[in-house]
Order: sequence, then C-alpha cells, then structure tokens
Amino acid sequence: MSNNLQDKIETQEYIVNMGPQHPSTHGVLRLMVNLEGEIVKNVDPVVGYIHSGIEKMTESLAYPQIIHLTDRMDYLSAHMNNEAVALCIENALQVEVSDRVKVIRTLMAELQRLASHQLWWCVMGMDMGALTTFFYGLRDREMILDIFEETCGARLTLNYSTPGGVMFDLHPNFQKRVKEFTKYFRKVLPEYNQLLTGNVIFKERTVGLGPLSKEDAIAYGVTGPTGRASGFACDVRKHNPYSAYDRVQFNEILRTDGDTFGRYQARIDEMYESLNIIDQLIDNIPEGDYQAKMKGVIKLPEGEFYQRVETARGELGVYILSDGKKNPYRVKFRSPVFSNLWVLNHLIKGQKIADLVAVMSTLDLVIPDIDR
Amino acid sequence: MAFDIYDFTTLTSSIHQSLSESLPPLAVEMIEWTLVGLSMLIFVALFGLILVYLERKVCALFQQRLGPMRVGKWGLLQTIADFVKLLMKELITPNRADKFLYNLAPFIVIIVTFMAIAAIPFAKGLQALDFDIGVFYVSAISSLGVIGILLAGWASNNKYSLIGAMRSGAQIISYELSVGLTLITMIIFAGTMQISGIVDAQASGWFIFRGHIPAIIAFIIFLIAGTAETNRGPFDLAEAESELTAGFHTEYSGIKFAFFFLAEYVNLFIVSAMATVLFLGGWQPLHFGSFEGFNQVMDFIPPIFWFFGKVMFIIYMIMWFKWTFPRLRVDQILTLEWKYLLPVNLFNILLMTLIVLMGWHF
Repeated sequence: MSNNLQDKIETQEYIVNMGPQHPSTHGVLRLMVNLEGEIVKNVDPVVGYIHSGIEKMTESLAYPQIIHLTDRMDYLSAHMNNEAVALCIENALQVEVSDRVKVIRTLMAELQRLASHQLWWCVMGMDMGALTTFFYGLRDREMILDIFEETCGARLTLNYSTPGGVMFDLHPNFQKRVKEFTKYFRKVLPEYNQLLTGNVIFKERTVGLGPLSKEDAIAYGVTGPTGRASGFACDVRKHNPYSAYDRVQFNEILRTDGDTFGRYQARIDEMYESLNIIDQLIDNIPEGDYQAKMKGVIKLPEGEFYQRVETARGELGVYILSDGKKNPYRVKFRSPVFSNLWVLNHLIKGQKIADLVAVMSTLDLVIPDIDR
Repeated sequence: MAFDIYDFTTLTSSIHQSLSESLPPLAVEMIEWTLVGLSMLIFVALFGLILVYLERKVCALFQQRLGPMRVGKWGLLQTIADFVKLLMKELITPNRADKFLYNLAPFIVIIVTFMAIAAIPFAKGLQALDFDIGVFYVSAISSLGVIGILLAGWASNNKYSLIGAMRSGAQIISYELSVGLTLITMIIFAGTMQISGIVDAQASGWFIFRGHIPAIIAFIIFLIAGTAETNRGPFDLAEAESELTAGFHTEYSGIKFAFFFLAEYVNLFIVSAMATVLFLGGWQPLHFGSFEGFNQVMDFIPPIFWFFGKVMFIIYMIMWFKWTFPRLRVDQILTLEWKYLLPVNLFNILLMTLIVLMGWHF
C-alpha cells in the first residue's frame, strides 16, 4: 500500500523567489532558491533589477562628473568610490596632490568604513532576528554622518573627492569631533560584543556555517573582510598603498576559519583597526592646499588607466580607457560586491533557509554595487 | 449590589440573587452567560491593546528610543488608531486560495484564546470556568491554536506561509510536551488539577518557594516552552520576518490579520497567567513566614492587583527575551526541546515525585 502511494505521489523541489522585494536581501536582489523542505539545494541570484547604466553614462560625461555617479554604486562606501576615480584620474595626469589631501582622504575613508561596518553590524543582527542591534548601530553611525555633514554637506553620497584634491577644506571642528567620536566609539564597541558576538544563540547559528576555503576565496575573487576571514591577504591598503596608508601602522585582519562567524569577527576587528588609523592621523594633518591646480577641462592622455582601492566591502577597481578626449572611451568598475555575491551558492548548498539569510548577511551585499 | 475588591464572589452572588428575584432560572442563566461573555470580550480587546502598547514601549526601552509619542499623551491612543486602521482595511483573499479554510483560520485562532482565557482566575471568585480538570483543559485548548496556524499557512496558497506554518506546527507540537510535563510536575506537587484549588493551596506560600529545586527548574522550562508556544522571539520562526516575510499570516489583511495579532498577545497573557497560577501563587499576596506586619501590608493590596502585577512581570520577561536574543534555527529549536528540555523535564518529574513522597518540601 505505502509503496503504491509513493509511486503515485511525485515530490519535487520547489522554487521560492526571495526578492526582488524581500526583507533580507536589503534591496532589489532576487534569489531563486530551490528548496527541499527547509534545505537549500541551489541558489541562483538574479541581478539587474536596479541596473542604472553607470558605466555607459560615464562615456558621455566629463571626468569630474564621473565621480558624482560613483556615490550611487556602493552608497555605503561612497567616499572610497569617489577616491578611486579621483586617484585614477590623478595618476593618469600625473598630478601630485598635497599631503593634506592624502590624509584627509584617508581619514574620511576610514570614517566611511566604520559607518559602513556599523550599518552592516546592525543589519546582520536584524537578519538573525535580534532587532535591537539595529538601533545600537544606527545610534553610533549618526555621529559619523554628522561629521560628514559638517565636512562636505552630505551624509550619504559625499562627492567629497575631486580630481586633484577634495571639494572643501576641513571644517574647524573636524578634529575635535572625530576625537570625540573615536573616544566614544572605543567605549561602545564592547557593547556590540556583549549584545551579539557573545550570544549563545548567535554563536550556535554562525560558528562553522558556510566555510569558505582560501583557495575558493581566491578562485571566486572574494575580497574584503569576507576574503580575509578565509586567509586571503587581499587588503589593497596594505599591499598596494594609496593616499596616506603608507604612513600609518595597522594590521591586516587575517583569519583562518572562514566561516560565517569568522567573517563577522573580521569586520568587528576591522573596526578597531580603522579606529587605530584615525587615531594616528587625526593629530598630524599636514598643512597645505586642499586642491591642486587643475585645468578647466580635464583631458586624459590616450591609454588605459587602472586604480584599486579597498572599500568597506572589498577591492574596487576603476579601469578607464581614454582616447584623449574630455570623455572617457570606456569605464569599467570592478565592484567588490558583484564578485562576492557569486560565492553564495557555493557556501549555502545543503544548509537551511535560515542559514541563507545569515550567510548573505556576512557577505555584506549592497545591491546597486552589483548592478551598477 | 455588594462590591468587595478582595472577594468577587460577593459581587457575582449578589448579581445572581437580584436576577433570580424577578426572572425564571433559564433567563437568569442566559443573562449571566451573556454578561460573562461580554466582559471577557471587552477584557480581551482592551488587554490586547494595552499589551501592544506595552510591547512597543518595552521594545523602545531596549532600543534606546521613545516608542509611540504622537497620538495622545505618550502615544497612548496609538494602538487604538492602529486598530481602527486595521478595521477599515480591505479584506483580501488571494486567488486560488482555499477560501473556506482561509477565512476560517483566524477565527479558530481567536476562539481558542477566548476558550483558554475562561479558565484563568483573575482574583478570588473572578473565574469564568472552574473545572476540576482546569489545568488539563487549558493545556488541551491552547494546543488547538496550532490548527488555525496550519490552516492559515496551507490555505493561503503561498510558499512562505506554508514553510512558516510547517515550522510552527513542528515547534508548537514539540513544546506542547514540555509545557504539559511542567504542568504535570506542578500538579503532582499541588495534588489537584482544579485551578482554584491550586491557587488556594498557595495561600501559605507560592509553589516556586515551597517546591524548591524541581519547582524552579519547572518554572524556567515553562518560561522557555511558553515563549516558544506563543511563537515569540527567539522562537518566532513561524513569522521569521527576515526569512519568510511574515510567515503564516503573510497573505492576511485587515481584521483577519488583527485576529492573528491579537491572538498572539492574548496567548502571551495566557502563558504568563498560567505561569503565575502554577508558580507565583495566582492572586495570592506575598507572605513571609512570621513577619505579621509585612504580611498584613501585603494582604491590603487587592488580589486582582497581585495577579496582574505578576502577569505583567512575566510578560515583561518574555518581551525582554524577544528584544534581546537572535532567532534560533528550526533544527536548533527541535534539538533544544527533544534533547535537552524533555529529558530534564522527565527527570524533574521524578525528582518532584520523590520530594512529595518524602515530604521534603516546605
């Protein structure tokens, strides 16, 4: 009887479309998830729902205008994106920017990294069901955004870097407020650990989940804290220093576990390193011009130019192909989140659907950076 | 009409007498049923609103914000405004949903909570149903609620709903065991299943103090299992916002959604009330052995305040869990129940039996 029934009833995997509107994809990412009960058999990310054609648009824009578009890619590391394009243009023109600009850019980049990691932390907690973390993270992020607002008038899309420097000089309050912030944040960062890191349920859910080996990390091109948690030494700040990173001491956070908890811990440790970098620079901002002399119309010489920077999510590459006109011939962004996303299926196969959300959280996806 | 806040039997019996003077017995019964039903309806509606407001304020407290502040003084009218909004919303039935079951599910959930609340003793003489198997009745009735959840998930024709409902089914049926076994532990100690009898037995001291170790273990397990049975965080897998959008009630709107919402909070009240009755002495005031002065001051506080004070304390604890802990995974929830809580519980029953047999309790 039971055999007969089993012959008659067909079972099949069923496909759940997580997204484009879903609370845990943090944007318009669509995941086609093949489920067998609670078990994830296959994840197929479908990208392109927020494709804004940034790369194509740049072909008809002047070089300083490109920078404004890059804010909209990875909006949580807007300053690093701006900096990447600015550096690329400066290298192409062989403009030497003043030390002051280098230090200002580094300081802003590290503040931006902190703000980004804070937001990642609160969203990570929320994805795991601990809704309170969200407000702790946002409370501290607010202080950084206030500093940004005072410096350049914007809180999210900074547009602060320009070819040859930064848009405005630092606000007189900048040093004071940054020092206040670092002092305060060093005090509250242990709260993050008390609230989430040490929690039994959190550890139970993350330790050993979705391990990524160093070889796979390199093969998939996974960079940033996600790659470094697997032992892939890929910190551009360390291995190919730009701006003022060659004059500060900091550790590259390398871990060997590579699981979800490792990726989590890597970002928490990175916040401490960012604080260190800020502490080293904040008292020695050199005097100098905040903007180098540039021509009215910037024309890059013919050729290919490439610049890498380390954003909060990994390695951002800017490739500019110039034919000598005032617009680039072609611009390509190697965005970190796009590369990190495709490792998802590899990490999550055979795990539960709840783990999918946890793993996705530690990849720290920002959807416009995937689609560009 | 005689009213005594320390003993509601005078009120109920005086109403009964004044009705009996002029009406035939059948009419008296009908009127009394209606009165009881109405007062319970009003209680559930009001208390549900209060709990929703309380949850928002407690949540805001843990999250370093103010919570609702705009509608009315301290946002007191916010939940009422929200409820009016829910009442006016369109009721949507998805295409190809099983219409009958889809519409039936919220009513099953809400009716079950009403039935369970009937057996809760709010104060002396303020209890609608007092069976001699009262504890058994509450546990039996509250396990019916899962049928509503399963139906809602199945009938919605939505994959998220279905996953949520299946999770909820597995979870509630498992934790029903733990709740049942802790109830048995306390019944062994009390020697009766009648709820009023259990409360009366605690006049000389609450069970959590008198039953020492096994009672404390049972209390902790009851809190965990009770939280799981109300589908609240960290056991809110059935809803799991970040995974399943809203789980089993994804497709419900308007007043039907409000029913699920209300039922969740009433269930929270029922679990807290049962914990109060079984462990914290129901409406009995706190007494300390021979401190006569202290005991008299405690006696002066009316029992209904004692009852709601204790219930609110437990509700606060359960809310505290929700706003602090991350969510468990489905296999971890089942592991916790079957591998840890259940064996501990079984052992605890043996321990309690031994203590009762040997007379080691206070």
